[in-house]
Amino acid sequence: MSPRVVFPNKILPYLLLAPQLAITLVFFYWPASQALYQSMLREDPFGLSSKFVWFANFRKVLSDPNYLNSVHVTIVFSVATAAVAMSVALLLAVMADKVVRSRGLYRTLMIWPYAVAPAIAGMLWLFLFNPSIGSLAYGLRWLGISWDPLLNGSQAMVLVVAAASWKQISYNFLFFVAGLQAIPKTLIEAAAIDGAGEHKRFWTIVFPLLAPTTFFLLVVNTVYAFFDTFGIIHAVTGGGPGKATETLVYKVYNDGFVNLILGDSAAQSVILMAIVIALTAIQFRYVERKVHYG
Amino acid sequence: MATVDLKDVRKVYPGGVEAVKGVSIAIPDKALCVLVGPSGCGKSTLLRMIAGLETISAGSCAIDGKVVNAIGPTERDIAMVFQNYALYPHMKVYDNMAYGLRNRGTPKDEIDRRVRSTAKTLELEHLLERRPRELSGGQRQRVAMGRAIVRNPKVFLFDEPLSNLDAKLRGQMRVEIKNLQRSLGVTSVYVTHDQLEAMTLADVLVVMNAGLVEQSGAPLDIYEKPASTFVASFIGAPPMNLLPLRSGQFEGAVTLPAVPGNAATLGFRPEDCEVRVEAGGIAADGALRLLARVEGVEPVGAESFLYCQAAGGRIVVRVPGRTELQAGDQLPVFARREKLHFFGSDGKRV
Ligand SMILES: Nc1ncnc2c1ncn2[C@@H]1O[C@H](COP(=O)(O)OP(=O)(O)O)[C@@H](O)[C@H]1O
Ligand SMILES: [Mg+2]
Repeated sequence: MSPRVVFPNKILPYLLLAPQLAITLVFFYWPASQALYQSMLREDPFGLSSKFVWFANFRKVLSDPNYLNSVHVTIVFSVATAAVAMSVALLLAVMADKVVRSRGLYRTLMIWPYAVAPAIAGMLWLFLFNPSIGSLAYGLRWLGISWDPLLNGSQAMVLVVAAASWKQISYNFLFFVAGLQAIPKTLIEAAAIDGAGEHKRFWTIVFPLLAPTTFFLLVVNTVYAFFDTFGIIHAVTGGGPGKATETLVYKVYNDGFVNLILGDSAAQSVILMAIVIALTAIQFRYVERKVHYG
Repeated sequence: MATVDLKDVRKVYPGGVEAVKGVSIAIPDKALCVLVGPSGCGKSTLLRMIAGLETISAGSCAIDGKVVNAIGPTERDIAMVFQNYALYPHMKVYDNMAYGLRNRGTPKDEIDRRVRSTAKTLELEHLLERRPRELSGGQRQRVAMGRAIVRNPKVFLFDEPLSNLDAKLRGQMRVEIKNLQRSLGVTSVYVTHDQLEAMTLADVLVVMNAGLVEQSGAPLDIYEKPASTFVASFIGAPPMNLLPLRSGQFEGAVTLPAVPGNAATLGFRPEDCEVRVEAGGIAADGALRLLARVEGVEPVGAESFLYCQAAGGRIVVRVPGRTELQAGDQLPVFARREKLHFFGSDGKRV
């Protein structure tokens, strides 16, 4: 039982909470309710009037092949980004764990990409892999790959996944390094004495014991890939070519702010909001409590 | 099944700390060798070198006549019980025990047979489906033992396996480890800082100090003839009384037998002296006789310890049963000639 503070004054607690509540109201509940309201309005082509259409926008959005394509793109993008970002980070963390000398330097260098703004990260990758001026694109062509992410949708997807994962690797790396450090060294030694080679030790001891970290990162990376990669996609492909890299968040922006179909855009936002709430609920339910060995 | 031979083994850690400075020990087949010494003297380092968990900086380690310096822990066919047990937290007790056998490709039905028979020996049968966190400290200790035994290795290594248990359980487990080791006949190396554990378990006792072997041999031989003041004060509880001698003379003694010329320290064990309350009586047999003043009395039940101040320094005297003596009492203390130990100025026995 945690002790409860009892205020003798009836108003004081509300006053103390007021600033936080005000911020939440102004910056979350108000826009959220606006989105909900907007998602049920439909504007005329000239934007002069709007009428209340209940769930028609949702019906329209959910049956729109472009929207379903975007769902598909988002799933591919998120799964790929989370998988790449996590496996590369895990590999690097395992390697960094073995480094004896200047271990701190390696770790610091590994963390830097996290400090790069998403749009800048996107630009970096865009320039490196630009078909006409990119130095790495040159290398790819030299290897005999006809590299053209401006026309080839799969290649564009590879590029945004690479850029998005690259930025997230640092974050995952930090958590994996901490997770690895939390595994008692004697367990690894006991496993070695028990005849397990390095590979076997990793898959039977280290990896299972990292499960809490891995699960936590899976949720965080999914949320990241869903919602925090707008800047990268905007800078690298702008959702193209065609709609090959148009994720759900990017589509909200495209439909709402570029094409000014506010009702559809708002309906999409509401759907995204539901997804965020679901992911957060999962995080709270499982990450906080489950998947722990003690 | 196997002998362990260490020849002038040294360990220098990357930071430059020389933890083991040239240790040679020959452990015969089926023997239980106990490494004892104060914390930081290099016992664990030595054990870990036998296990292959630390590289050997110089010298050689041979198991069963084969030099294993270049062989990793995986191939040495040894088993180790760690101080913190190092049980795999995500595996059930059964899987903890089966892990080593599975890694070595033992057939499934044989694994099952061996795990169950080992569990029976250690009375762990009802715990096989539990995870380590659902066990008490003593049960975890048994599982760690089981995990070592089930593999039937050439050598057992123990690194302070009982130090996390309470005193009563420690006593029980000590007896049990001794019996198991006897009946299995597996050569074992056991590290501890507890001299009682060392004395009761060892076939071969090795007393270490600052990275070197101070003395090795049968426990009672070491107890009776400690090779140095360090061993004398480490083995036995309470430790041996050590009093300084000045050019063969000892100021506090009423009588002192013939002293070897180069002796600088006189030693006698608390349990080897008698308190004779009758005054006078110079010991005719060449015994030590000195006067001491009691400063404190510690009755333990079966015996009592008198903490005394003699002219040459503080001493502890053991008297059987209860005692009527109190702080402030003056008493003559005797120790017979054959119970006296003399050490040179370098601390070595003379
Ligand atoms: N990994 C290590 N790196 C550097 N020095 C170490 C390491 N492990 C132990 N030492 C040092 O080596 C000495 C012996 O340690 P250890 O063998 O653990 O002693 P014991 O087990 O007898 O208490 C100590 O001075 C300790 O500080
Ligand atoms: Mg130790």
